Amino acid sequence: MNQTEQNIINTFSKEKTKKKIWDILNTVTDPEIPVLSVIDLGIVRDIRLNDDEVEVFITPTYSGCPALDVIGMNIRMVLLQNGFEKIKITQQLSPAWTTDWMTESGKEKLKAYGIAPPAAKTFDRNYLENLIIECPQCHSSNTKLISQFGSTSCKALYQCNDCLEPFDYFKCH
Amino acid sequence: MPASNTSLFNYILHLADDNLIMGHRLSEWAGHGPMLEQDIAISNIALDLIGQSRNFYQYAAILKDQNATEDTLAFLRDAGEFKNLLLVEIPNGDWAKTILKLFLFSTYQFFFYQKLIYSSDKQLAAIAEKSLKEVTYHVRWSSEWVIRMGDGTQESNNRIKSALEEILPFTGEMFEAAEYENLLSSNRISINVSEIKSDWENKIKTVFKETQLTYPLEENTWMQTGGKTGVHTEHLGLLLAEMQFLQRAYPGCEW
Repeated sequence: MNQTEQNIINTFSKEKTKKKIWDILNTVTDPEIPVLSVIDLGIVRDIRLNDDEVEVFITPTYSGCPALDVIGMNIRMVLLQNGFEKIKITQQLSPAWTTDWMTESGKEKLKAYGIAPPAAKTFDRNYLENLIIECPQCHSSNTKLISQFGSTSCKALYQCNDCLEPFDYFKCH
Repeated sequence: MPASNTSLFNYILHLADDNLIMGHRLSEWAGHGPMLEQDIAISNIALDLIGQSRNFYQYAAILKDQNATEDTLAFLRDAGEFKNLLLVEIPNGDWAKTILKLFLFSTYQFFFYQKLIYSSDKQLAAIAEKSLKEVTYHVRWSSEWVIRMGDGTQESNNRIKSALEEILPFTGEMFEAAEYENLLSSNRISINVSEIKSDWENKIKTVFKETQLTYPLEENTWMQTGGKTGVHTEHLGLLLAEMQFLQRAYPGCEW
């Protein structure tokens, strides 16, 4: 086998390993919203294989989010369980996390869990204003904001005017 | 530490201290808010600010030396070493005073971070980018409360008006650069704070237009300064005595 072929095979197996790690990390959930994986949330930004080390880049949803330390630890644990030995978790601040990165399947899971998913993309100019937030229980659009800030940093508190249920809304960020 | 690094270190501490002290003040409301939702809101904002301060302290700790950590910088420095604005250390008082303080400070942070995202220092730019998104919500929330109280009842009007008279003299310092800021400006690391003053004033005036409040109160308000260079009101020492108690009494304590 010549060098070029060897390089191609190395790259191929590296990509395969990375793909495997992405799949493994899809089982790590957010401790505060356990229906969402760290992949659904867009918290994992990159995976690199440096020699014998796996480096996982994660980004905080909010600066003060207390879940990030737990998430880093859980990622380390699950990789150890899957036979990876040297693991490095690197926190990356830029580009800043945005709900635009949330996967569509993540949004569906949120809704099924009773949390209204982000209703707009942050590149829409009026993403903070005049959003209609659909009630995750009865799907009515007749809802009102109770508080900009809810049970965790990433959520606001709403109430449905039709079924009267209060609910969390995962706000655009 | 080389001289250029000392300026950067002081600048980062100034930004970290602003956030930590404001965050700590707001956290004093936890469990005491006027209603549950607002108690949660102000605690959330406190959490954002303390989170932002951690990002700055972690960066400052790297510049200092091997023994420095975000915790030693937050919990083992005395009042004279803190470089926060005087505005953030003054006691909360009632809800009106707390909200007004937050509104004036968040608006300042909003314009400040909008410039800092272009800093030639990549880490400062990254922290600014992250923080700006959070501060956008703080400005929005506090503006709504300023309007609610400034355009509310006679009682709420009186309270927020007297809060303004008390707090306004602490705002001038935001737009006066300390020496370490000036030293960093030629490398485009720091921002020029005097440049954001008019934006800040315009936002204050826009929000006040929907209230009975006016800005400025008089032609030449005497402005208090000193916080950025470590000359503080007596309130900071009392705040630190409470905030730092555990690490002082039980050095190195972790849980």
